[in-house]
Amino acid sequence: MTEQTQKPLVAVRDLRVHFPVDARLLFGSSDQVVKAVDGVTLDIYSGETFGLVGESGCGKSTLGRAILRLVEPTGGQILFRDRDLAGLSNTQMREQRRHLQVIFQDPYASLNPRMTVSQIIGEPIDTFGLARGAKKKQRVQQLMELVGLSPRFLKRYPHEFSGGQRQRIGIARALAVDPDFIVADEPISALDVSIQAQIMNLLDRLKREKNLTYLFISHDLRAIRHVSNRVAVMYLGKIVEVADAKAVYTQPLMPYTKALISAVPVPDPKVEATRRRIVLQGDVPSPINPPRGCRFHTRCPYAIEACSEVEPQLVQIKPNHLAACIRISPEEPDIERVAPGAAPGLWQHSVNETTT
Amino acid sequence: MHERGNSGNLLEVKDLRTYFGTEDGVVKAVDGVSFALRRGETLGIVGESGSGKTVANLSIMRLIPEPPGKIVSGSIEFDGRDILKLSPRDLREIRGCHIAMIFQDPMTSLNPFMRISKQLMEMTQVHRGYSKEKAREHAVEMLEHVGIPDARQRADSYPHEFSGGMRQRVMIAMALSCQPELLIADEPTTALDVTIQAQILELIKRLKAETAASVILITHDLGVVAGMTDRIIVMYAGKVFEQATTKELFERPGNPYTRGLLRSVPDPMAEKGRLYQIPGLPPDLAHLSTGCPFAPRCERAEEICTREFPPFVELTPDHHSLCHFANEVYAEAGA
Repeated sequence: MTEQTQKPLVAVRDLRVHFPVDARLLFGSSDQVVKAVDGVTLDIYSGETFGLVGESGCGKSTLGRAILRLVEPTGGQILFRDRDLAGLSNTQMREQRRHLQVIFQDPYASLNPRMTVSQIIGEPIDTFGLARGAKKKQRVQQLMELVGLSPRFLKRYPHEFSGGQRQRIGIARALAVDPDFIVADEPISALDVSIQAQIMNLLDRLKREKNLTYLFISHDLRAIRHVSNRVAVMYLGKIVEVADAKAVYTQPLMPYTKALISAVPVPDPKVEATRRRIVLQGDVPSPINPPRGCRFHTRCPYAIEACSEVEPQLVQIKPNHLAACIRISPEEPDIERVAPGAAPGLWQHSVNETTT
Repeated sequence: MHERGNSGNLLEVKDLRTYFGTEDGVVKAVDGVSFALRRGETLGIVGESGSGKTVANLSIMRLIPEPPGKIVSGSIEFDGRDILKLSPRDLREIRGCHIAMIFQDPMTSLNPFMRISKQLMEMTQVHRGYSKEKAREHAVEMLEHVGIPDARQRADSYPHEFSGGMRQRVMIAMALSCQPELLIADEPTTALDVTIQAQILELIKRLKAETAASVILITHDLGVVAGMTDRIIVMYAGKVFEQATTKELFERPGNPYTRGLLRSVPDPMAEKGRLYQIPGLPPDLAHLSTGCPFAPRCERAEEICTREFPPFVELTPDHHSLCHFANEVYAEAGA
């Protein structure tokens, strides 16, 4: 996929998660499915923070959960150190969970309100039999210090903490088993600005100290830019662009990414006064019946007729920069310079269409 | 049109105090807030949760639930009339007709059992005495105006049939139905996706230019206020910490809290580095000390800060900061 020589820690291949729509109440049985994740391929390398960004309903959280098999994939592979997680039995998968952990968005809903902090952080240690008695207690205390919580709070319950502190508890719980890979699903979205910065810095420090790899999922484009090495942009179940964080933000290729980046309010009045904003028309279409061809063509200011017919593949447009758009090509990556109506990249996608 | 006040200010809030009685003690949600809104201006009110920005504006509309809340003191002069002294009848006329409000969550502010058209018609029927036909025509016009496609057909939909962005457009249509002089938008785009946020912000900008209304935009997002406002008020712990023109606030903050807040937002266009973080947690409003409420988290704090409440220092006629060291911070920022 990319030209990196290193082997990926997590390699997702054509992953699909389709949910049947249960519409019996209204219309009798239906065969409709929501294609929340529809053929996603991506590589996450050891030691990187891979940012996954998209608007609500694009399938980013489902993708993150499917990688950990917190929701069951409908098809495709999840290779973790060359082992396909999608093919593992539940028992085998449980063993793997030591290496794969998750941090959730809502620190209010993801901690059991009837358990003390020491029980919450200690639970995964028990589950995997990592330590007992005094050793376990010591380990829990170390974890609390690691995430910036005073061990004095060991016997307290989640409701006695603020949102930011609860998120620290969630992080300590994820780290309790010494994982390699953490899916952080909107870990800062429920927090205030000043607390968001604290949690982002904490995750960054832990990554370096513990040699972690993150899949960082967020709708917050500013946060994603700040924390990520590479970024993937998702739209209606598909990845539409992948590149280094800087490239995605400074030279976005795919029209949706361009619009998304241009819509981010920048905290600088001078920039805001002069920048050009691409305001998209309309809403995100329903994932039950996503538009044919390119799923973005209904809102795309650059769409031509072929866009509604050919499903674009995620192909390399620039070195280490992939995008899914038939109107651009390695020779002509800048859509604004493509002749009206032309689709120089179409051949790449048509070929893929016929071979798959 | 009723007669206008003499000054250039549409709204003047003076020493507003809104307190809530709780089991834990009295929470001083808004504690001595003063500010003015000029005609035609967009004023941003920025703060984190619990800073009092929403309570301050609910007080302006006199929408504070009593008890547990109470506007303890102060005055709110709108167009020369003190809102706190109005009879319920006059108040009803002000609300909706002269001051309109839109909220963060359009689903909970629309009636789910009532057709969109009917909810819009209510506004002009009650406040303007329009006939049913005229009100309906006006409702459709308003929906078209805020960019609802096929407005005539869709006017009879129920709120759940609209997406979040469309519902927010409906809320805006409703708020602007009676051509208010003041629109208060409380986190109008926080629940929306970024591409929809861009649509709604553009819409508010366009409508403001067309109607010459004044706008108060309440948000926690410094990026949103940067592009939308003329002046900004920064609130913390129920107090106004800083007040300045938008340009100056971003270029030359005169308060350590504002400075910290600005530095803790990642700039999507800048290179990444360690993000500045304000240490600690926001204070418990029921148990504030006598000193500066930000002192425990402030990198600048000295002994005096925990002991004495800071003065509201005038840095320029248009720029004020609540800090013992306001002049020093301002000078550093200008250097």
